[in-house]
Formats: sequence, structure tokens, C-alpha cells
Amino acid sequence: MNIDTVVFFVLSGAAILSAILVITRRSPIMSVVFLIANFIILAIIYLTLYAQFIAVIQIIVYAGAIMVLFLFVIMLLNLAKDEQLKEELTYRKRVGIGLVVVLVVQLGVGLFVSVGKHPDKLAANAEKLGTVESIGKILFTEYLLPFEITSILLLVGLIGAVVLAKKRIG
Amino acid sequence: MVPLSYYLLLSAVLFSIGVVGVLTRRNAIIIFMSIELMLNSVNLTLVAFSAYMGTATGQMFVFFVLTVAAAEAAIGLAIIIALYRNKMSINIDEINIMKW
Repeated sequence: MNIDTVVFFVLSGAAILSAILVITRRSPIMSVVFLIANFIILAIIYLTLYAQFIAVIQIIVYAGAIMVLFLFVIMLLNLAKDEQLKEELTYRKRVGIGLVVVLVVQLGVGLFVSVGKHPDKLAANAEKLGTVESIGKILFTEYLLPFEITSILLLVGLIGAVVLAKKRIG
Repeated sequence: MVPLSYYLLLSAVLFSIGVVGVLTRRNAIIIFMSIELMLNSVNLTLVAFSAYMGTATGQMFVFFVLTVAAAEAAIGLAIIIALYRNKMSINIDEINIMKW
């Protein structure tokens, strides 16, 4: 077993563990902390795939901006004491777990059928793909229109958030 | 070298954990975080395919998914604040105004 495989297994074990901790903690603050850990581990996995740009914006945008927003809302709602919801096993939850089993079977069958048809090593040009230069070039030529539409999406998000969260006057 | 299937398997496991979170938790904020978990597992698939296939298109998709996730987080948290203001709770079992 070479060093790449060992690194991958360590990282994926940590990623799965932190993901499980996100959905099992009672307090939302602990969930946020483990979700940040999960994002940082995923960023390291992106680095092993030579996607430097994605790894950096993963940390800046996700672990930085979005998770701070989550923490801010948790702080604003002040849920610390009264919102320790009772999480019991209702029939809805059992149906949910059944649906998850169906999903896992589907994913497993999909992976099993396609095994052996995937490439087993990185493409020859993989090291050059994830650089800022390569991403910038393709973003501002081939994907210029989607990039501009993204700005409209962010504007809509901005206005929507302000309208939804503001207090009604009068 | 790690085969592509390992990355796909890891991504499938993370996605399933996210689905479990959405379907079993009742705290709206934790449900929201599970959705972020699912978005991230899809991002991992896209980056892995991009690196193994030798095109940057997958990484472009991740860029757009990140933007959508940012907008979604802002709107979703605004909705949670609005719900909390009306109901004084973020337990999704108590939020049934849209229920048929």
C-alpha cells in the first residue's frame, strides 16, 4: 500500500467521522464546528486531486463565510437552552431510515455495475487543471455567460435575504 | 495511485449521511447543515471526475455549486429567522403552515 492510498484512507475516515458527528450532536454549535472540520478535510482531499483553486475557495467561502453566517444565526436565535429538541424515533423517522436504505442500495448497485470502467489513474494534465490560471481562462471564455448569470443569482439572493429577514413595519 | 471508484464511494457515503440528517433531525438549522454536507459530497464527485478525465469542466461546476450554496444559505437562514420570529421555534414538526 503506497503513501497516496494511506493518505486517502486517513482523510476519508476523518471526513466520514466528522460528517456523522455533524448529524448526531444535540447542540447546533457543535454541529457547526464539526461541519467546518469536514469542509477543511474535503479541501485537503481536493488538494490531493490537484484542485488548488477549489480547495482555497472551499475554505474561504464555505468554512469562512457560510459557516460564520450559520454561527451568527444560531447566536441571534439564542437557542442554547430551550431548543434541546427531543429526538425520538417516530414512524416518520422510520420511513426516512427505510428511504435511506433504498438510496444506499441504489448507490451501491450503481457503483458496483460501473466498477472497472473508471480510469484508475489521474489524467496526464491533472496537475495543470486546477490552477488559478487554467480556471480563470476557462471561466472567462467558455463559461462567461453562466458566470454573468451567477451575479444575477447572487443579487436575487441578497434581495431575498433582506426582504425575508426584515421586520414588518406597520 | 487511488482509483476513481474510491472517491465515488466516499462521496456516496457522505451523501447518504447527509440524507440521514435531513430525514431524521428536527432542528431546522441542522437539517440545513446536512444539505450543505450533501452539496459538498457532490462537489467531491465533480472534482474527482475532473482530475481523472483531464478536463476543467467539473471544477467549473464546483464553482457554480459554491455560488448557489452561498445564495441558498443566505435565503435559507433568512427563512429560519422569519419562522422563529413567527413561531418562536425552529422545530420543523411545529412548522406546518404549508401542510395540506
